[in-house]
Amino acid sequence: MLNYLTLIFACQLAGEAFVATTGIPVPGPVMGMVLLFAGLAIRGSIPKDLDTVSGALLSNLSLLFVPAGTGIMVHLKLLAGDGIAVSVALIVSTVATIAVTGLLMQALTVRKRRGQSDAE
Amino acid sequence: MQSDIPTDLQTVWVYLSASPLLHLTMTLAAYQAGMWIYKRGGMNPLLNPVLIAVVALVTILSVTGTSYDTFFEGAQFVHFLLGPATVALAVPLYRQFHRVRESAFAIAVSLITGSAFAAASAMGIAWALGAGQTTIISIGPKSVTAPVAMGIAESLGGLPSLTAVLVIATGILGAALGPLVLNLVGVKDWASRGFAMGTAAHGIGTARALQVNEIAGAFSGLAMGLNALATAILLPLAWSIFR
Repeated sequence: MLNYLTLIFACQLAGEAFVATTGIPVPGPVMGMVLLFAGLAIRGSIPKDLDTVSGALLSNLSLLFVPAGTGIMVHLKLLAGDGIAVSVALIVSTVATIAVTGLLMQALTVRKRRGQSDAE
Repeated sequence: MQSDIPTDLQTVWVYLSASPLLHLTMTLAAYQAGMWIYKRGGMNPLLNPVLIAVVALVTILSVTGTSYDTFFEGAQFVHFLLGPATVALAVPLYRQFHRVRESAFAIAVSLITGSAFAAASAMGIAWALGAGQTTIISIGPKSVTAPVAMGIAESLGGLPSLTAVLVIATGILGAALGPLVLNLVGVKDWASRGFAMGTAAHGIGTARALQVNEIAGAFSGLAMGLNALATAILLPLAWSIFR
């Protein structure tokens, strides 16, 4: 299991190094995800232990946002000035983005799937 | 001798609060308390465990007069795992890849629309309601995963640490309200539900999606990664044209 944890860290490290040398505007971890994905595609299957390690990391994904979220205490004063504007912008924009993206994606994929099942 | 007791307690407190262990343990405990409440409430999205943990921690830190920097010395060990967790998203993504390939066109169109809509609506509303320029810039990448959003905000002249907070708030809002909104507008397809959550609410939306359905989780993780990419390229470009 430790070998796959090391592999995940190595993918991130390689991703960070790639981003630093090429200067492309992609975060290192996202590049690391692409690398690990490429590795899985070449191998053609998911090693059982890698599945276990990634499952452990992802099953507690929301915990990992708690430290950064607690940083709100530093910005309470600044946010108090723009509080209403920020709250309205966050709520309306987030809710509307979810609705727009979900509806669009569903309209585009469900139609295609229906077309496929018609053809079969 | 009675007066020794508070002094001793104070000594213990001073000792403990100087070690990263205290705030690391507090972070884990606060999150598990949040998780416990979330599960007791039937996984109601409004009882978001991150929100509960953050409120609890901010309250405790304020009451004890602890600075965020001191807290972060312990909490950074949890924060650090965000990177490896992002890499690990390759696994559910690979498992669902046949579905992703089937809907490549839908993904491309939904991603660009969602990404542009997320940034434009947030900045537009903040501007219309009279927010300052620093706030407007900092809110632009609010739907992007925290490390990338901070980088974008910095390159445009925003406040990276403010962006981090706005990003987390967006994630909590998306995870809490997203499922209700998707039910309301009639999005039943798991892939579409996940994709919408990941585009608008990055990793916190993805965490919620993973808890509910594996297909939704995979598409949410994919949307999170793609939106980080799309916003990192499109937002600086759009900002240089429109500002």
